[in-house]
Amino acid sequence: MAAESVNHGRRRFLTASTVVVGGVGGVFAAIPFIAAWKPNAKAVAAGAPVTADISKLAVGEQLTIAWRGRPIFIVRRSEAMLAALPAEDARLKDPQSTVVDQQPEFAKNGYRSLKPDILVLVGSCTHLGCSPKLHTEVQPEPWDSQWKGGYYCPCHNSRFDLAGRVYDGSPAPTNLVVPPYRFESDTRVVIGESEGAA
Amino acid sequence: MAGDRTTTVTGVLGWLDQRMPVVDFWNKHLAQYYAPKNFNIWYYFGSLALVVLVNQIVTGIWLTMHYKPSAVDAFASVELTIMRDVEWGWLLRYMHSTGASFFFIMVYLHMFRALLYGSYQKPRELVWVLGMLIFLAMMAEGFLGYVLPWGQMSFWGAQVIVSLFGAIPAIGPDLVEWIQGDYLPSDATINRFFALHVVALPISLLGLVVLHLGALHEVGSNNPDGVDIKKKKDAKGVPLDGIPFHPYYTVKDTFGVGVFLMVFAFVIFFEPTVGDLFLEYDNFNPADPMVTPAHIKPVWYYTPYYAMLRAVPDKLLGVVVMGAAVMILFLLPWLDKSSVRSIRYRGPITKIALALFTVSFVTLGYLGMQAGSELQKLVAQICTGIYFLFFILMPVYTKMDSVKPVPDRVTMHD
Repeated sequence: MAAESVNHGRRRFLTASTVVVGGVGGVFAAIPFIAAWKPNAKAVAAGAPVTADISKLAVGEQLTIAWRGRPIFIVRRSEAMLAALPAEDARLKDPQSTVVDQQPEFAKNGYRSLKPDILVLVGSCTHLGCSPKLHTEVQPEPWDSQWKGGYYCPCHNSRFDLAGRVYDGSPAPTNLVVPPYRFESDTRVVIGESEGAA
Repeated sequence: MAGDRTTTVTGVLGWLDQRMPVVDFWNKHLAQYYAPKNFNIWYYFGSLALVVLVNQIVTGIWLTMHYKPSAVDAFASVELTIMRDVEWGWLLRYMHSTGASFFFIMVYLHMFRALLYGSYQKPRELVWVLGMLIFLAMMAEGFLGYVLPWGQMSFWGAQVIVSLFGAIPAIGPDLVEWIQGDYLPSDATINRFFALHVVALPISLLGLVVLHLGALHEVGSNNPDGVDIKKKKDAKGVPLDGIPFHPYYTVKDTFGVGVFLMVFAFVIFFEPTVGDLFLEYDNFNPADPMVTPAHIKPVWYYTPYYAMLRAVPDKLLGVVVMGAAVMILFLLPWLDKSSVRSIRYRGPITKIALALFTVSFVTLGYLGMQAGSELQKLVAQICTGIYFLFFILMPVYTKMDSVKPVPDRVTMHD
């Protein structure tokens, strides 16, 4: 090996350009490895809309169906339940449903629903994804002495009213999610797509 | 001659040694690795952790021969095939599940030893940092493994832990879908968790263990007196208070392994669930995405951190506090400003601080298993405060605390 006439400038250029080109290649080579973790085509297809028949759903009762593997709660609320909602506003974190991601635009109202009486919610607590339980009786409960009915999550004591709005003092940061949905007829609800978006 | 080195051994070993420095390696790490002669009971847990790691790898390989990583088959392949149909399958499974808990018991005791004797202090900062990386890898490994049997607690534990990433602003929800490979923990999730649990993380763990030991053998082991044995050497350069790791500590550690195996076997044979602690009763029911168990809790080794998560009434802040609680441990070597290592020569403030910290950590571990009443939440908040204050105030109290004179040589008892 001769130490004579080494072109350092040329070596530096070749080293730097190799590193840059190799680096860019490395970044692009990472894409398939990252993208392969995304829900695959079959999982996306299985996430298609589902239809629920609510003709037999009685007032004050809840129907649970699965959409994208999550429980969807459909509740037919009574006049009394709806009338009691505004009185709870002062005890809620977000009574006006201002957090955009938590419901489609059509549900940004006092009932958080398309038709006032039919409530549709994703049955996963916005804290850590447990499934809250419906307690409709207006009576003092261990978690709230002034309970007006709503959802109680047994995992970490999050409380929601009968519009899925979260109570102050719950670990859940936001209201329960209202999924996109539309009414195919008076008795059939399509979960997973909104009016016009179909 | 294969290489330029000369070897002192002949035969097959000589042939090998000319081509690879096996004799050097043996001497450097065992026969001429001089460890302090005053190791006490606390020094068993490092080698025992290694024994459990080997147990996990061997039983793990055998379990993969019968386990099926799919949402449809996973539960039955564990609870029916392995536990009932495969000969000795129940033993392999219980060795693995019990081993997971014992791994954490050994590592928690091993880490507590470092706290007692200041083993993380200069020049062993890197040993501590590499050990912390092992702890992180173990936490990930344990979580992924717990998901695999696809029982109720597997599913809902995965749901809760993965949704922690959903608290990250902006990218959170997409990140959760990316990790799960679906809109909820599902077949895709279990399959990739299996890949990570049996390939990616074990490789990382083994690599980290090699680095942990490599870094330790470069600077040498600490001891209960925190005395630097390399300061007093004989004419041959051997520390006066040092004894060769082999045969002295290999024999001592073998005795420790014997005692350990008795306890280990007792749990495996008579109480593998340890009353809902090592294996949770809810996990003997197959996963059901539509029904949440009444009380979701992680396995015992995560409960101190889980209690901190629950103690904070805000989701994002809770996740940050939990993450910070683990991460702050990395800084320990730089937070301790004391001029002495061992608790034996430290002052009362440090002793009280360590005692408070230990009580808080154990209390948090208990609270993390409970349903969480308002009183328990308050206690968890106080304990979380003490946990963090132990570290945040450490530069102050270790500096102002009195110290006792450290002897030149290690102390021995009859």
